[in-house]
Amino acid sequence: MPELKFDKAKCDNCKAISCLVKCQYMSLDKSEAKKEWQKVINGEDSFVLEACVTCYACEEYCPFGNHPFYLIVERQEEKGILPQSRPITKQAINMTTAQGKFLVGKPEKTALSFCAIPRLYTLATGKLFEDVLPSWVLGTEFFCQAMFLHFARMSVIKENLPQVIDNIWNQGIREVIFLHDECYGTFTKLAPAYGIEVPFKPIHYFEHIYKRLKELKNEIKPLNVKAAYHRNCSARLVPETDHFVDDIFGLIGVQRIKREYDHENALCCGGLLMTSKGYDLGHDVQKRNVDDMVKSGAGYCVFNCPACWDPLAEKVARRGIKPIHIIDLCKLAIGEKQAVEVTV
Amino acid sequence: MSDVYEALVKIVGKDYASNHHEERYFYGRDPGLMTPHEADCVVMPKTTEEVQEIVKLANKEKVPIVPKGAGLALTGLVIPLKGGIVIDMKRMDRILEVNEGARYVVVEGGVTHGALRDYLNKHHPNLRNSLPESPPITTIAANVVIHGQGRLTNQYGFNSDMVNGLEVVLPTGEVCKIGSCSVGPYWFSKGPPLPDLSGLFLGWLGTTGILTKVGLKLYPKKKIKDLEVLVTDKEDLIPDIIFKITHTEMVEDLAIWAQERPLMFRGNYHINIFLTADSEDELEMKRKMVYDSVQEYVDSKDAGFMTINLDMRRDFMDNPQKSMTAFADVRRGGGFEYAGPIIPMELYPECARKVAELAIKHRVVYGGSGRVIHGGHCMMFSFAYTFNRADLDEMGRARKALHEAAEFVADKGGVLWKPNIDEQKIMMERMDPNTLKLMTDIKKLLDPNGIMNPGNWEAK
Ligand SMILES: Cc1cc2nc3c(=O)[nH]c(=O)nc-3n(C[C@H](O)[C@H](O)[C@H](O)COP(=O)(O)OP(=O)(O)OC[C@H]3O[C@@H](n4cnc5c(N)ncnc54)[C@H](O)[C@@H]3O)c2cc1C
Ligand code: SF4
Ligand code: SF4
Repeated sequence: MPELKFDKAKCDNCKAISCLVKCQYMSLDKSEAKKEWQKVINGEDSFVLEACVTCYACEEYCPFGNHPFYLIVERQEEKGILPQSRPITKQAINMTTAQGKFLVGKPEKTALSFCAIPRLYTLATGKLFEDVLPSWVLGTEFFCQAMFLHFARMSVIKENLPQVIDNIWNQGIREVIFLHDECYGTFTKLAPAYGIEVPFKPIHYFEHIYKRLKELKNEIKPLNVKAAYHRNCSARLVPETDHFVDDIFGLIGVQRIKREYDHENALCCGGLLMTSKGYDLGHDVQKRNVDDMVKSGAGYCVFNCPACWDPLAEKVARRGIKPIHIIDLCKLAIGEKQAVEVTV
Repeated sequence: MSDVYEALVKIVGKDYASNHHEERYFYGRDPGLMTPHEADCVVMPKTTEEVQEIVKLANKEKVPIVPKGAGLALTGLVIPLKGGIVIDMKRMDRILEVNEGARYVVVEGGVTHGALRDYLNKHHPNLRNSLPESPPITTIAANVVIHGQGRLTNQYGFNSDMVNGLEVVLPTGEVCKIGSCSVGPYWFSKGPPLPDLSGLFLGWLGTTGILTKVGLKLYPKKKIKDLEVLVTDKEDLIPDIIFKITHTEMVEDLAIWAQERPLMFRGNYHINIFLTADSEDELEMKRKMVYDSVQEYVDSKDAGFMTINLDMRRDFMDNPQKSMTAFADVRRGGGFEYAGPIIPMELYPECARKVAELAIKHRVVYGGSGRVIHGGHCMMFSFAYTFNRADLDEMGRARKALHEAAEFVADKGGVLWKPNIDEQKIMMERMDPNTLKLMTDIKKLLDPNGIMNPGNWEAK
């Protein structure tokens, strides 16, 4: 089994212990954080392992790229701590088990990956993708596995990932445009953290649509709207892609409103919080997030992750804000129709 | 029989009576597993008077009659086991009155649940009926005759509990009103404070009279609908989970289901919790109460609320739920039947294990689902098996599985719902002899010539 490249020395020398001090779901000062983090490193019991809501954020908070979150997941698994309930974990494993039911378009050297998320297939249409389509893959055979970070199942990731890489490679694909941060993060961050070789070139879809929008510049009609960006957990794996949100918004006349819960301070969509911890935490996080959008005068709430859409989109819409996936937002700007909508 | 046919033509006109082979064939079967038997004639009356004439004719000629709605009860209840006349009620399709203030409707005996829903949506958007999950063409009269259940059953009981009055053509041809409508113009009660005579017709599977009008309670239609799905892998916890959720009195409908396909659902039990509200605050208050009621199982990691894809949520919230109908055709060839006993909640775990065990034993595809009735006093548990009609062997295996399920549940103390004739026997064999005698006497009194849906509720 591949092992996590974790450098204990970095933590020993770390002054800020940002991984835990910045955590939005626990309240730890520096000395408590240092103490608890040492326990985690040493494989001792720490309340952190139970309290962690698997928001991925400490991956971003650590300035040294030392993968604190992966370590937490490893430790949770070692100790049999279940961040999600047993049946929900079982369901996650069942629904992502490869069953030979994958779908492919006509994969070429460059292809789109819809992971195992059919909604991405619905979204990725029109001019933004016409240069790549119909080169695409979809199905659990191409499922990036990172979701198991929420389930304390690093073992499943490590076991399945090499096969997933082979599955993509065997389609003759050499460059993959991933439509989900989770996938892009898996192949650019998680795999290297475990020394798993990725033979193809991962491309983030932000980069692709930014490039396409520039090519389609003459067709863009600025939307002139204010939007709250809902930054998802897996964006924490790849914070270096965040600038594309501003770049894309800039091209299509969308203002990313300044608000409390964006960037490093982003809040979870609440879906898994409701599942794992119950109503109070999940609702509180959702409410703070949406209240913040309302307060900041957002007309749109822009989603990047298709999984955040389900727990949050209707709640946003009921507060009078239009939920929209960033791909759909770009489509509106070039005169195409929104593919995924909610009605309330 | 040709005389009877001619007489029927005189009553309803030649377009609405038939003794042609096609109609006799079609009306001789239902989509379930019971052996077909051809009708001699089929007739479609438009008015109570026509029904009355038909029944008088049948009573005089001692010809069996079988009232039929959409024929979707699935357990052979509309198969004319002894031939005779099938009375298709669908032309009696008028919605006669809605009393908005008293929240009730009066419909003719062939009005469908779907038509009433559409009518209410258009003319009385604040009111709703308790739609079952069956296709919307199922009729209201038949549904209450078999003690059906719908989306509002957790809150208000069996759909037959929602009856507010009846007009019935008795087997001897008299028209009889039941409830407050028997003494005045209002249809606000099926019995109380009078003796409740509706019990002479509800649950009798069309063997004691033909419902030509039904008064039905309607309920407030809330502005917002939502759904939560709680998942556990321990069937033994379900009774307590349901007890805790129903204690909140915040839930519209509660459906429990387990199925082996698709793989995502395998090995777990799912509780669909339907919430309705008029405002976001009301919805969140209800949601919180439901979540909090089962927090101990979330904390122990035995259960968790599933994050539901919005498309799946829409499908679940559809009423009727289209995926139910899709499940009915899972094996293609359109065969589906379920034994749906009414059981106390505590029998759920055993039934949940049994439905899967029988599926393995008889090599059929199963779905096990239940609907909580009236706040948890009991539930309907469906042992559902699908089959391909073109595969006689598979049909035989499904039949065996259903029969074993019925025996199993009856032995445990469950009561078989909309029982086919074999299941009626299972019930009657176990029934208190005095109760059975009372039933037989009542039936004989109302139907001295035994013309009404003969073969059903017939004690030896
Ligand atoms: C996919 C599927 C899902 C289902 N889900 C549900 C559900 O959620 N809840 C539920 O309750 N049922 C359900 N059912 C069972 C059934 O379809 C319904 O109960 C339905 O309401 C029966 O109505 P019908 O018009 O089809 O009755 P029929 O099958 O036509 O008749 C049923 C019985 O009523 C008698 N009858 C018919 N009309 C009259 C009348 N006017 N007067 C006297 N007797 C009469 C018949 O002789 C027969 O005995 C489901 C069925 C299917 C196929
Ligand atoms: S994981 Fe990163 S932030 Fe946390 S203590 Fe180690 S080096 Fe510091
Ligand atoms: S994953 Fe999120 S909740 Fe868990 S420790 Fe890291 S920052 Fe905190």
